[in-house]
Amino acid sequence: MKRRDFLIGAAATGAFTAAPHIWRKDTSLARASNGEIKVGVLFSLTGTTGIIEESLNKATLLAIEEINDAGGINGMKIVPVVEDPASDPATFAVKARKLVVGDKCVSVFGSYTSASRKAVLPVFEKRDNLYWYPTLYEGRECSKNVIYTGAVPNQQQDEFIPWLVEKFGKKFYLIGSNYIYPKEENNYCKKLLEELGAEVVNEEYVPLGHSEFSSVINKIQSTQPNVIFSTVVGDSVVALHRQYRAAGLDPDKMPMASLTTSENEVAAMGGDAAAGHFTSAPYFMVHQSPENERFVEAYKSRWGGDKVTHFVSEPSYFQIYLFKQAVEQLAASDIDPTTIREAVKGQELIAPQGKVHLEAENLHTWLWPKIAMAKSDGQFEVLRDSKEWLKPEPYAAYPNQHCTADGLVQS
Amino acid sequence: MEFFLQQIMTGLSIGSILLLIALGLAIIYGSMGVINMAHGEFVMLGAYGAWAMNAFFGVGLLPSLIVVFLGVGALGWLVERGVIRFLYRRTLDTILATWGLGVMLQQMIRLSAGGELRYVEMPSVLTGTVGILGVDVPGYRVFIFVFVAALFAVTWYLMFRTTFGTKLRAVVQDRSVASCFGIDADKVYSLTFAYGAGLAGLAGALVAPLKSVSPEMGTTYVVDAFFVVVLGGVQSLFGTVASALMLGELTGGLAYLWNDTIAKALVLLAIIVLIRFRPQGLFVSRIRS
Repeated sequence: MKRRDFLIGAAATGAFTAAPHIWRKDTSLARASNGEIKVGVLFSLTGTTGIIEESLNKATLLAIEEINDAGGINGMKIVPVVEDPASDPATFAVKARKLVVGDKCVSVFGSYTSASRKAVLPVFEKRDNLYWYPTLYEGRECSKNVIYTGAVPNQQQDEFIPWLVEKFGKKFYLIGSNYIYPKEENNYCKKLLEELGAEVVNEEYVPLGHSEFSSVINKIQSTQPNVIFSTVVGDSVVALHRQYRAAGLDPDKMPMASLTTSENEVAAMGGDAAAGHFTSAPYFMVHQSPENERFVEAYKSRWGGDKVTHFVSEPSYFQIYLFKQAVEQLAASDIDPTTIREAVKGQELIAPQGKVHLEAENLHTWLWPKIAMAKSDGQFEVLRDSKEWLKPEPYAAYPNQHCTADGLVQS
Repeated sequence: MEFFLQQIMTGLSIGSILLLIALGLAIIYGSMGVINMAHGEFVMLGAYGAWAMNAFFGVGLLPSLIVVFLGVGALGWLVERGVIRFLYRRTLDTILATWGLGVMLQQMIRLSAGGELRYVEMPSVLTGTVGILGVDVPGYRVFIFVFVAALFAVTWYLMFRTTFGTKLRAVVQDRSVASCFGIDADKVYSLTFAYGAGLAGLAGALVAPLKSVSPEMGTTYVVDAFFVVVLGGVQSLFGTVASALMLGELTGGLAYLWNDTIAKALVLLAIIVLIRFRPQGLFVSRIRS
C-alpha cells in the first residue's frame, strides 16, 4: 500500500467513526426537541438602522408570544433567540452563523437592509437553512433559502404608476439615494413609464445621508415634472421633504410619490412636510380590517400606546404565523429548514393587510397593493385599495429572467 | 438669465450654511489651533437644543437660539476647562480627546433623547418664499444668509475691534509675552472656546428646520467645516467666508450640471489639488514672526 493511499483510507475511516451523525438520522439531534422550536430573531437594536429594526423585532416577538400563549405549534413552544447585529452587515453574517450552527435554529427572521440580507445569504445557502425577510426590496433575487414576505417592485408600482400618470400627468422626475434599491425600482418604473408613453425628465441619485437638496429642487423647478418619483431613504428623505416645503412647491400640482415613506418617516419629518404626498405599499396603519385592528391594538398594548405599525413591521408579524402554519403540517421529528420550506409553499392566511399567499415558485408573497396620501396628523389616508392581490415577480424589470423553484431561468 | 441668478442664489445659500457651520471652527481651530473633532457634536447639540425647547417648553426657534447659544457655549467652556487646557500644544492628544468626547456626546443624546430622527418647526413668518431680482428664494434660506452675515460681522468686530480680541490675538502670537503684560491667557482661551462652541450650537439650531436631526448628524458637518477652514487659510476669517461661498457655488453648480454625487467628488478633488499647491490655504493673515 502506498503511503498516500493509506493516508486517504485512514482519513476516511476516521471521518466515519468520528462523526457518525452526519451519515444517519439521529432523533436526538432533531431540531425540535423537548417540545421547543428554536428560531433566530436577527434585527439590529443598535446602530444606524436600529430604530426601525427594533420595531421589526417587536412585531416578531409579539407574534411569537401570541402563538405561545395560544398553545404553541402542535403543543410545542417557539423559543426565540434574539441577537443584535448592530446595523453592520459583517456582524449580521457572524450572528447568523451563530444562530444556524450554534443554536441550531430551524429558521431565522431578520434583516431590514438589502446589504444585510446579502451578507447572511451565504450562511443560509451553505447550511440549507431558512431566512425570513420581511422588508420590501428591489427584487432580482432568487434564493431557495429565503422566504420573502415584503413587496417587490411590481407589487408597489403596477397600480401606482398608471394611477399617477392618469391623475397628474406624464412627466416624471426620478430621484433616489445612490445604491441598489432605488436604481432597481427606477429600472422598473422606467419600463412602466415607457409602456404608458410617459416621459422621464431627469433621473438622479444623491449620496446616502445627503441633506442639501437645493440644487435638486432647482432642477425640479426648471424641468416642471408632474410627479417626483422618490426613492430617497433615511435622513435624506426628511431633508428633501422639508426643503421642498420651504421652497414653496405645492404637493397638489407636483406631488412626491414614494415607495419607502411610511408612518415612521412621516413622524420624523413632521406631518406638515409630508401632507399631500403619496406612498404605495401593501399596508398602512389605518387600513380597515378586523385583523389589522387586532394587530394594532395588540402591538400598542404590548409595546406602548405611542408606537406605530408600518409596512415592514406588518410582514414581520404575519410571517411568524406563516411559519406556524408550515410547521403545523410537520411531525415533530421532521422539523428542519428544508421540510419547513416545502410546507410553507402555497400557505395562505389573513394578514392585517388582507389574505396573503406564499408563492411556491419563487418563495415571495402575494400581496395587496394600496395607494395612500400622507396627512398632517402623521397618518395616511388610503385612496385606493387594489381589487385583487398581486403576484410577486422579483424579475419584473427583466422579462427574459424568471425565478422558479429550480432557481433562476434565462429565456 | 433667471436660471443663472437662481443658481447663484442656491450657491449663496449652500455657502452661507457652510459658513455658519465653519465659523465656530474657524475661531477654535484658526485662533487657538485646537483641532476640535467634537465640533460636529456641538452642532448636533444645538439642533437637539432647539428641538427640546420646542418639544418640552413650546418655545419657537427664534427665542430658543439665545438659550442654545448660551447652553452650548457653557458646555464649551466646561470642555475647555476640563479637557482641552491640559492638552495645548499636544495636537494628536487633542484630536483623540475631542473625538472621544464627540462619541460620548452622541451616545448621551442617543440614550436620553432616543435615536429617532427629529425635526424642528420653521418659524411661521419664514415659511414663504421671497422674490429677489425676479427669482423665488425660500424665505428661511434668506434668513440664514442674513443671520450668518450678521454673525460674521459680530465675530469680526469682537476679534479686531475690542480689547478682548486684541488680547486673544496677543495670546495667540505669544502666550508667555502676553502673560507678562498681564493678560489672563487661561481666561481668554476658555472664553474663546466657549464662543466658538456657542456658534456651533447656533449653527445646529439654524439648520435643523431644513435638515433632519439625529445623534449622528454632526459627523458630516465636521468634515464640511474642516474643508472650509483649511481651504480658506487657517487664521483668516475672511478666508473662511471666501472659501465657504466658493465651495457653495461650486457644489451648487456642479450638482445642477450633473448630480450631487459627482459634485461632492469633484469638490473634494478641487480642494485636494488646491491644498497641494497652496498648503497655507487661499488667504494668509500676515503675522510678524
